[in-house]
Amino acid sequence: MFTNRRAFLRAAAALTAVVTTAALAACGSGDDGETGTPVSADQVQAALDAGGSITVWAWEPTLKQVVTAFEAKYPKVKVNLVNAGTGNDQYTALQNAVAAGSGVPDVAQIEYYALPQFALGKSLTDLTAFGTGELDGTFTPGPWSSVKSGGGVYGLPMDSGPMALFYNKDVFDKHQIAVPTTWDEYVAAAKKLHAADPKAYITNDTGDAGFTTSLIWQAGGKPFSVDGTNVKINLGDEGSSKFASTWQQLLDGKLVAPVGSWSDGWYKGLGDGTIATLVIGAWMPANLESGVPAAKGKWRVAPMPQWTAGANAAAENGGSSLAIPKAGANNALAYGFLKYATAGDGVKIRIDNGAFPATNAELKSDAFLNKEFPYFGGQKANEIFAKSAAAVVPGWSYLPFQVYANSIFNDTVGQAYVSDKKLADTLKSWQDASAKYGKEQGFTVG
Amino acid sequence: MTALAPPTIGRGRPVRARRGRSWTGWAFVGPFMAVFAFVFLAPIAYAIWLSLFRTRLIGGTSFVGLENYRQVFTDPKFWEATGRVSLFLAVQVPVMLFLALLVALAIDSGRLYGRAFFRVTVFMPYAVPAVVATLMWGFMYGNRFGLVGNLNEAFGLSLPDPLSPDLMLASIGNIVTWEFVGYNMLIFYSALQTIPRSLYEAAEIDGAGQLHVIRSIKLPAIRGALLIATIFSIIGSFQLFNEPNILQSLAPNVITTYYTPNMYAYSLSFSGQQYDYSATVAIVMGVLTMIVAYAVQLRANRKERRS
Repeated sequence: MFTNRRAFLRAAAALTAVVTTAALAACGSGDDGETGTPVSADQVQAALDAGGSITVWAWEPTLKQVVTAFEAKYPKVKVNLVNAGTGNDQYTALQNAVAAGSGVPDVAQIEYYALPQFALGKSLTDLTAFGTGELDGTFTPGPWSSVKSGGGVYGLPMDSGPMALFYNKDVFDKHQIAVPTTWDEYVAAAKKLHAADPKAYITNDTGDAGFTTSLIWQAGGKPFSVDGTNVKINLGDEGSSKFASTWQQLLDGKLVAPVGSWSDGWYKGLGDGTIATLVIGAWMPANLESGVPAAKGKWRVAPMPQWTAGANAAAENGGSSLAIPKAGANNALAYGFLKYATAGDGVKIRIDNGAFPATNAELKSDAFLNKEFPYFGGQKANEIFAKSAAAVVPGWSYLPFQVYANSIFNDTVGQAYVSDKKLADTLKSWQDASAKYGKEQGFTVG
Repeated sequence: MTALAPPTIGRGRPVRARRGRSWTGWAFVGPFMAVFAFVFLAPIAYAIWLSLFRTRLIGGTSFVGLENYRQVFTDPKFWEATGRVSLFLAVQVPVMLFLALLVALAIDSGRLYGRAFFRVTVFMPYAVPAVVATLMWGFMYGNRFGLVGNLNEAFGLSLPDPLSPDLMLASIGNIVTWEFVGYNMLIFYSALQTIPRSLYEAAEIDGAGQLHVIRSIKLPAIRGALLIATIFSIIGSFQLFNEPNILQSLAPNVITTYYTPNMYAYSLSFSGQQYDYSATVAIVMGVLTMIVAYAVQLRANRKERRS
């Protein structure tokens, strides 16, 4: 039938694709298990003492040290820390593993925006069975409400991401540019910098759903509202329009570097001064220290630029929880690790290595606020982050299918980056495409 | 046991064995049929079965009949993707096959110095996995940190960005051509090698030039190989996936999640969790590919009969 290898391989690949798809679908429909029986703290402790091995999917860099300390404390436990991709890549892998029913990790890092989708899809263990009630008041209100969904608790907050402006002070000093305090000043600084050095850009942007939604959040926009299965999407509201008109100026002037975040070129640009600022979550210092060691001492932190001069508004960007997939093998042991990393000794280890906590005690402690960051030239960056955390605009919510919506962000909004289309119009296309998917999935979309 | 039994029966009661229906043959083809059914037919049947359902986040799975098919035929994303690979097919395949033919004729002519070297070198890219090849070309295409960027910097040029929306399809075509020219060349070359040398001698005696030999002897003789290569290339074009999928990380806004039909099926299944609709897209695309390949074959056969 196939007289040569290429055609045969293609046919084989096509068949495999069909078989895989089929198999995935078959497994996906069979999982309707409900919350398990309560698991007491003693049982979790017993699991920790008995030992075993768990697999953790996470990309947060400070977990490495946590795992080391955890294994030292519980010598019989072996933790396999796997980086299965950052953000969406990992969610795709996780969804596939859950659907296939094999290769599911015991613990997975899931950002707050993605948690509702996984909870709704019945992929995660409801942690209330482990007695999460005792943790009320441990975590800051924002993250704690983010991990709750329909009466259940589907993850423990690991960090939070109140946004701030990270900037390369050397570059700003060299070109005598003032650190922007408003978005208008930010655009002006972008023009001045790029004119002074055509290779340098104020920031990088190739269309990032998380960043865009965070900026809309800060501008006071509330494009997504969710009430059970009733969903409203309006990416043309005042906050969204504010963002679109400002950011459009940067795109029109080609003032943002066309470099994807987390790419090799990105780290290079952060190191050599061609990417001068990042407006990003407070979890960034750990990533800068590990990813851009060469720029130590050059970077500083400032409050997020404002939409109205003199205002004090901020938004969350990213921030993750640790969750336990239902299909994981060893839930009690997994919960032991979860609690250690998010509410136990792990918190301090992670803060010491540059992570930003979601726990009240640490966030308010003097030791935390007064910590000097050598990477930021001895600056007490946590003071700025803590103020940002307090200034986060309330009332934001994500879509219950935000992971999918974000996956088509570049199909729609991304077009404004590579064609003459305007951001405002492409945001509308994103809204329409997301609404269409929502309807197909059985939501009432208004 | 079964294999030994029939001769005994045949020898003992020849009349009855001839009259009654014998299942012996099935015993021989049975194992093959079982594997064939399990490996080839079952997945296709299952995909068709899947395409009749729809699973939703809210409301679960329900039978929808041919609704998914109706949706595919009115899905602008699917048709945009199909249109794109059709354009790719119309431009890239002729270019690639022409180049392959040219190289095959050159090597076959015997006038090329270092024939074996060229044969191996042109074929080499086929041995490079598509993923690696695309990554390699992706780095070269980069206009900031790649070869294009370096050339721009070194010579003060401003080369167009190969990863921009206007050039992306051509850039992918370039990669695919690079990968498969050698492979098609080898098909043509081996077909050329089967032509009896005596024909060339006869042509020479008749005073035919090289071009005449190519037109009157070589091309007609390898028509079958040309057809096969064309059909494989058609299938390959419609199934375009690896190259755009890898370049997506370099140009996320240019290569959409529905850039080719295969990518569309993949993202429907893996980011949208719409397995049923994905299966439908796969089936429709498979049928379309078969129709186009069959049409080409039919046309070629008719031409052959006429000539």
